[in-house]
Amino acid sequence: MRGITKRFGSVLANDRVDLTVRRGEILSVLGENGSGKTSLMNMLAGIYFPDAGHIYLDGQEVVIRSPKDAARLGIGMIHQHFKLVDVLTAAENIILGMEGGLRIDMRAVESDIRALSEKYGFSIEPRRKIYEMSVSQKQTVEIVKMLYRGANILILDEPTAVLTPQETRRLFDVLRNMRDQGHAVVIITHKLDEVLSLSDRVTVLRKGRSIGTVNTCDATVRSLTEMMVGEKISLDIERPEPVGRALRLKAEGLSCVNREGRAVLCDASLEAYSGEILGIAGIAGSGQKELLEAIAGLVPVQKGRVAYVAPDGRTHELTRMSASKIRDLGVRLAFVPEDRLGMGLVASMGMTGNMMLRTYRRGRSLFFERRQPRTLAEQIVQKLQVSTPGVEWPVGRLSGGNVQKVLVGREIASAPQVLMVAYPVRGLDINASHIIYRLLNEQKRAGVAILCVGEDLDVLLSLCDRILVLADGHVTGVRDARTVSKEEIGLLMTSRKEAQA
Amino acid sequence: MNDILVFVQKAIAQSVPLLYGANGEILTQKSGNLNLGVPGMMYMGGIAGLMGAFYYERAAAVPSPVAGMLIALLCALLASGLGALIYSLLTITLRADQNVTGLALTTFGMGFGNFFGGSLSQLAGGVGQISTAVTASAFRAKIPWLCDLPVVGSVLFSHGFLTYFALISAVLLNAFLYHTRKGLSLRSVGENPATADAAGVNVTLSKYLATVVGGMFAGLGGLFFVMEYTGGTWVNNGFGDRGWLAIALVIFARWRPLNAVWGSVLFGGLYILYLYIHGLDRSMQEIFKALPYLVTLAVLVLTSLRKKREDQPPAGLGRPYFREER
Repeated sequence: MRGITKRFGSVLANDRVDLTVRRGEILSVLGENGSGKTSLMNMLAGIYFPDAGHIYLDGQEVVIRSPKDAARLGIGMIHQHFKLVDVLTAAENIILGMEGGLRIDMRAVESDIRALSEKYGFSIEPRRKIYEMSVSQKQTVEIVKMLYRGANILILDEPTAVLTPQETRRLFDVLRNMRDQGHAVVIITHKLDEVLSLSDRVTVLRKGRSIGTVNTCDATVRSLTEMMVGEKISLDIERPEPVGRALRLKAEGLSCVNREGRAVLCDASLEAYSGEILGIAGIAGSGQKELLEAIAGLVPVQKGRVAYVAPDGRTHELTRMSASKIRDLGVRLAFVPEDRLGMGLVASMGMTGNMMLRTYRRGRSLFFERRQPRTLAEQIVQKLQVSTPGVEWPVGRLSGGNVQKVLVGREIASAPQVLMVAYPVRGLDINASHIIYRLLNEQKRAGVAILCVGEDLDVLLSLCDRILVLADGHVTGVRDARTVSKEEIGLLMTSRKEAQA
Repeated sequence: MNDILVFVQKAIAQSVPLLYGANGEILTQKSGNLNLGVPGMMYMGGIAGLMGAFYYERAAAVPSPVAGMLIALLCALLASGLGALIYSLLTITLRADQNVTGLALTTFGMGFGNFFGGSLSQLAGGVGQISTAVTASAFRAKIPWLCDLPVVGSVLFSHGFLTYFALISAVLLNAFLYHTRKGLSLRSVGENPATADAAGVNVTLSKYLATVVGGMFAGLGGLFFVMEYTGGTWVNNGFGDRGWLAIALVIFARWRPLNAVWGSVLFGGLYILYLYIHGLDRSMQEIFKALPYLVTLAVLVLTSLRKKREDQPPAGLGRPYFREER
């Protein structure tokens, strides 16, 4: 790939990236979240089409417009979310959409699959239904599906994110087998130990640019981390000194499991102080969301307790309280999910209606009180410079930045004592981001304890007072944001074992 | 004894429109489209077939039964296919709500049928005066020799060809869905269109084809009712609950065409059971007519309790597919 560039709206996802994959090798594409790894690979797989740049295969320039084109060229990509039909068997999924005779000769298909499995060392039951399978078995089906279709360049997007260590080891054995048979294997990852143990070469991406490619044997955890996180950048974000610092929130030994029963938060503890911003850093999916939701009472806590110290000195135990009781105490959560509107706002309602979601329980009359939320909505529009045709305009039709202003603005308007924000500037441009930072700082000055989950380390380092790092559901460290180096945070984020040692 | 034989024979006759409607709807739903327009498409198929036969018999000096039959079939398939095409256009291309569109198609189809049925009656000289006896005779022709056999002859072999074709089409549909590549593709479209799309299946085309052919099945059900069951005449609102029963049968059969075969006979029997139980007053008759729905409810409860994934509706049922939506 030469000079690949891709934009999404005003966001530059890939900026003149060069990448070379050789047959008979495993290449890692390493980078933080949002560094453009997946979008770059999606262009190889025909999901996206590059805005500029060229792709060459065996010296010939090729144009990949659809997944079908990619398949024809022998490129197969395995996404984080598997593309499988649950009620069909493994074999049916593997042959789905392929050309051939009218009738399906299932026996022949099954014996082909078994032959492939033997060649590469998979274990797969062709007649088993997908919904009866574990995540790692589904992944195997995806890989076999690609091989069955003749893929010889295999791209795996974060293949180990959902696997246990044993399953990971088995997957790596299979990938090494495929390399030895002359296939090219690309894995997208942010786990350094995997890069070092599996791949032959590493290409590091940062903020959409290719930082460089090194042979794995020449690389160390430290050198790769440096390449991944880069130099500390000053962002010119205001950071007032905390005043009147007092303990507001104390969580001890919080543990949660997700719906599949996997531990997503293990023994996490934190202390939040008034007049201070506590940043929470970590690779996506390390338990940030669960930590905030556990405090807000939105997910059941397996173990541990959360205590809230009110300004009057009284201590409340939050662990057994309902989410609305916790809200009433002034512990507020503004979560901006990936799709922005998923949590907290109703897209088809106007700003007034969305304000009412927080207040509709108030009042004794049968009908809603509309005037107050309306005034509040108008205030938010004015103070945060929300550009909207009117407060009744559906928030779903506002631009992303404005939606976030509405979301954060509403929580701030309730004069909280603890404000938790997750990804408050996700997808925002510089100006909109600064408005949000200013809002958070205003709250900080007002003595609110703020917990801020962020993706961009530079932002966290310049906005927050302290930074707590999560890795794999564990708290791996709390550092002073004024003195800590970016590299140190990066290390805490990626390698849990080292941090504990 | 004789009563029971007649009951079984009538139950089979009742089952045919239900089986056509259900098989068409199974095909449609396997593509992820929930088409509640089955009753409407039955009316459209029925009246179009009748009109075709009526005008042919008026125009021809000596009408031939076979020609009348072919014309009626063609008209029925075209009209019901057109109804399904409108539904497809609205729900697949324009992504309108499937429930609302289907219900609208039912309302439209019934109006369509009753309007032209009424006009046709006027042309023929009054209500009940429409006669397409020549064409109907082709639809009502029994199987020679076999129908003369004692007992089984009258029960099993005294029906017209549409009855046997319903059975054959159920077997063919089953083979198509579960033993062919196209059938596998279609099922995956109904389950998970994004996956099917990524695997190279043409989702839009599959949905259109399945829905239109499914609608034609419903039209055949309507034509059977008009031609074989009532003998080539029209009664406004004559189809009763048959369209809705066909949709209930889809659930009862758990989306399997072969289950629909025996299910349709059961439904047909339950639907007319009240005629064979003596001494029922009107209100009790209505309760008996509701038996098929009660059976469907029981099946729904049982399958929900068992939680078997194969017995659930296609996962993508009722949802429009839009490639860029994530």
